[in-house]
Amino acid sequence: MSNLIMLGTRKGTVIIDRINGTWQARAINHPGIPVCYAARDPRDGTMWASLDHGHWGPKLSRSRDGGITWEDVLTVNYPDGARYIAQVLPTPDFDPEAPVGEPSYADATVYKIWNLAFGSDEQPGRIYAGTIPGGLFISDDGGDSWELNRPLWNHESRGGDLFAGDASSDNQWGGTPASIDYGVFEPGIHSISIDTRNPDHIHVAASSAGVIETSDGGKTWLGRNCGMTNDYMPNPEPEWGHDPHFIARCKGQPDHLWQQNHCGVFYSADGAKQWKKVSMPDMGVHFGFPIAADDKDGRTAWVVPAVADSERMAIDGGLFVARTTDGGESWQTFRDGLPQQNAYDIVLRHGLDVAGDAVCFASTTGNVYVSEDRGEHWQCIANNLPPVYSVRFA
Amino acid sequence: MASVEMTRHLFRFFPQLQDQKITVPGGSVANVIHAVESMAPGFSHYILDERGALRRHVNLSINDSIVIDRKTLSDRVPEDGTLFIFQALSGG
Repeated sequence: MSNLIMLGTRKGTVIIDRINGTWQARAINHPGIPVCYAARDPRDGTMWASLDHGHWGPKLSRSRDGGITWEDVLTVNYPDGARYIAQVLPTPDFDPEAPVGEPSYADATVYKIWNLAFGSDEQPGRIYAGTIPGGLFISDDGGDSWELNRPLWNHESRGGDLFAGDASSDNQWGGTPASIDYGVFEPGIHSISIDTRNPDHIHVAASSAGVIETSDGGKTWLGRNCGMTNDYMPNPEPEWGHDPHFIARCKGQPDHLWQQNHCGVFYSADGAKQWKKVSMPDMGVHFGFPIAADDKDGRTAWVVPAVADSERMAIDGGLFVARTTDGGESWQTFRDGLPQQNAYDIVLRHGLDVAGDAVCFASTTGNVYVSEDRGEHWQCIANNLPPVYSVRFA
Repeated sequence: MASVEMTRHLFRFFPQLQDQKITVPGGSVANVIHAVESMAPGFSHYILDERGALRRHVNLSINDSIVIDRKTLSDRVPEDGTLFIFQALSGG
């Protein structure tokens, strides 16, 4: 069982240790600095935090001594010539009848380093970072240097190779509301999932684009959104423009992928070639942000549902976790140990994790809950923390 | 030589710049910031994005005049001038 949990919070990195059976939070790291994601590299124990400074720009921070000291890593940067087709939120004077103008291009700069993923044991030093505005960066030297994955950045679904010139196709990626804080409306990569059988086989998810797959180590990418529905759009089954909130893969059965989407919970048993909606709205299992898959059984997953989508808080003031063990055919809800009155917690997309029988989630209300029996019974291990953005077992 | 003064919040990340009078050759704002970078590696990443443009929530002034060119930082800091670096008041 894991004895360490890392939290990224609005006010720093929180490390929680399990000591003699009791979970105890250490003094906060990066005090006062928003940390949108924090995780420990299982290969060498390096701790990582993605800092989201309000004034000083996005940066990575790295600790090689178990969280005692940290150093800036300033090398996640877009190369010269990286551009994207700029998007804007419709304003009140938006005229839908106006002719479509020429695309407007913007030089790319990192707004947020939203997610990190660690490579396989066969690729020591390989780390992935997903960003707003929608770039996948790869390091092969433990994070000292990073390179933008150009085939994905230059994908025809984003307008083609804008390093070379003007767009050769239409941009079909939408923006994410998570980008609005930076004064833009651009997409972001928040999920990076590596096939444990084959490190060249990777799925990423971007809001608002969908799931994209490479089978050749990032040389080529294919959209994998078949079966996804976009219920709020005139065309509910577009190729692109989906809003996955997070995707999770079963390590032991890597063809089993799970997706918590704006429009429901989706499951794939064939490596995302075909998705199936497995929501059960009558039970509250539909909207939410995080999802976690079991390490061994691909048919088992957990979600923390919420009210969709204008409210975005716990359903009827009672917090619960839902688990399926049959690929979403049925769900069980668990409330024991969770507040059932006046709870308005929302759990963000990186705010849930599973390691063996242990499940942990934390909320924007600063509460952290752990179950050591696969989600059936819960204990609150911390209150009054800053709003929590990410939870990862180490 | 031009002077550089900055919000104390930056000393948390660059303690080597604290409690000293920072002087660098005058020139463009870009040149002045790069001169500070040589004293405190990583400093410019806090002030500028990877394009060399001023970060959105950072303000600069030369003496009491706000820097106008936030994209290429071409405004000139005279030899007897001071570049001030401070946080934009852009949120609660």
